[in-house]
Amino acid sequence: MKKWQDNKGWLFILPVFIIVAFSAIIPLMTVVNYSIQDIFGPGQRIFVGTEWFKETLTDPRLHEALWRQLLFSGLVLLIEMPLGIAIALTMPTKKGLGSSVCLVLIALPLLIPWNVIGTIWIIFTRPDIGLMGAFINNMGITFDHTASGLHAWITLMLMEVWHWTPLVILLAYAGLRSIPEAYYQAARIDGASAWAIFKYIQLPKMRGVLTIALLLRFMDSFLIYAEPFVLTGGGPGNATTFLSIYLVKIAVGQFDLGPAGAFSLIYFLIVLLFCYLFYQVLLNVGKGESS
Amino acid sequence: MKKRYIILTAYLVLIMLPIYWMLNMSLRTNADIMARLVFIPTEITFDNYITIFTDSAWYSGYINSIIYVVLNTIICLVTALPAAYAFSRYSFIGDKHVFFWLLTNRMAPAAVFLLPFFQLYSTFNLIDTHIAVALAHCLFNLPLTVWILEGFISGVPREIDETAFIDGYKFPRFFFFVFIPLIRSGIGVAAFFCFMFSWVELLFARTLTTTAAKPIAATMTRTVSSSGLDWGLLAAAGFLTIVPGALVIWFVRNYLAKGFALGRV
Repeated sequence: MKKWQDNKGWLFILPVFIIVAFSAIIPLMTVVNYSIQDIFGPGQRIFVGTEWFKETLTDPRLHEALWRQLLFSGLVLLIEMPLGIAIALTMPTKKGLGSSVCLVLIALPLLIPWNVIGTIWIIFTRPDIGLMGAFINNMGITFDHTASGLHAWITLMLMEVWHWTPLVILLAYAGLRSIPEAYYQAARIDGASAWAIFKYIQLPKMRGVLTIALLLRFMDSFLIYAEPFVLTGGGPGNATTFLSIYLVKIAVGQFDLGPAGAFSLIYFLIVLLFCYLFYQVLLNVGKGESS
Repeated sequence: MKKRYIILTAYLVLIMLPIYWMLNMSLRTNADIMARLVFIPTEITFDNYITIFTDSAWYSGYINSIIYVVLNTIICLVTALPAAYAFSRYSFIGDKHVFFWLLTNRMAPAAVFLLPFFQLYSTFNLIDTHIAVALAHCLFNLPLTVWILEGFISGVPREIDETAFIDGYKFPRFFFFVFIPLIRSGIGVAAFFCFMFSWVELLFARTLTTTAAKPIAATMTRTVSSSGLDWGLLAAAGFLTIVPGALVIWFVRNYLAKGFALGRV
């Protein structure tokens, strides 16, 4: 669609620009300030240049947290995207009470405050009072996410899949609903199998919403903080210390503002880089298919 | 046909289990919870809920949360509507860059901004006010709102605008009486997302408030640590946090499916 060439567009976006700039640019500049100074107290600060960046980039604990984070986000995407699409395919297609109730039930986990999510899973997985914890322990397996790193990971992944797969389902379902009935009729006449329908009609039609789902899921899983903080507090040991948890540990726990600032900027850049890459790849995949 | 509904039902049951378990515990006394594991509670008590509804330290948390969430949703919709219209209809200097910059804020780790936010809002004397949390949540909600609305607005043909202007509509009248009704499902979806992300966020809400505007989520964490672990009360408080969201999604359920499909990448 051709757009009107008109700089009065700026007037329309000015309120948004001011509000976001207030909350984004001023704090970002403060972080930049931290990252290049050594702060001892109010009014006592020395310019240190890129020292904090060097220190942060060579910090082995940061590297570990980064790998952990990448593994976590990768697993999240690998499990949630196929599962979300699969469940969306099983949803009723007709409008009515059935699909309404399904939608509301599926979306429920999305609307629970993040630390309450952690609380729910603490309750659910405790060996003494939790349904899942008691069930697994009754089968003769000692399951305790506060003692074993592997168990903490399993619990976290279950929680994450439980919490966020609904978003993928909702988006995929929306994509499916936008496919005209005529497409299916044509496929039926051609005698296409369910797999062929999925591959040649449903998947391409869902590409747009799935891109949104992938980007949102990547961002939010990469920035995860509240749920593992409540559930495991980053432990046992450092087994579930993801980037955000490590950052808050440095910034608030140890009050090392300089390294925390440098860490923040690097963290932000990593997220930006990944999102840009994903976006470009998905854009190009789309071009290849439509031509 | 039958098989798919079995899978769907199994999934629904599995995702409901943790929530059901919390509901189950919220209806029992603490002694009962610690003593035995029952799937269907036999001695149901509403004491936990009564405690929450009569103790202002508890119920004010819900009121605070709802106030800042509603404020945030209103701010986002009012400012994002014209902005989304501009991004969709006009091309102006730097439009693409501004749009991308807005989206990058959706990707900023909240943990990065905690300390600067505290300093910034202290400077403006906004700490412990509802508007502070509402403004802070705009950081990630506004870009998302603009993004969603822009998709919906681009789905409306520009000829409608042109016809209205030829018919003699002035811009404000056109915008409020012709255009907004056309994209009301988009507004519903955007409002739902604002509500959702503001309601579930904890980090900013906890950092920017102390007592007067403390959200329910923060009330829960603090009560847990101070009074030992009252599981029944905790479960009841947790269960009540689900209710507003469930209501909201019931109202926008018909828009949701249609809404996402129009949103652009």
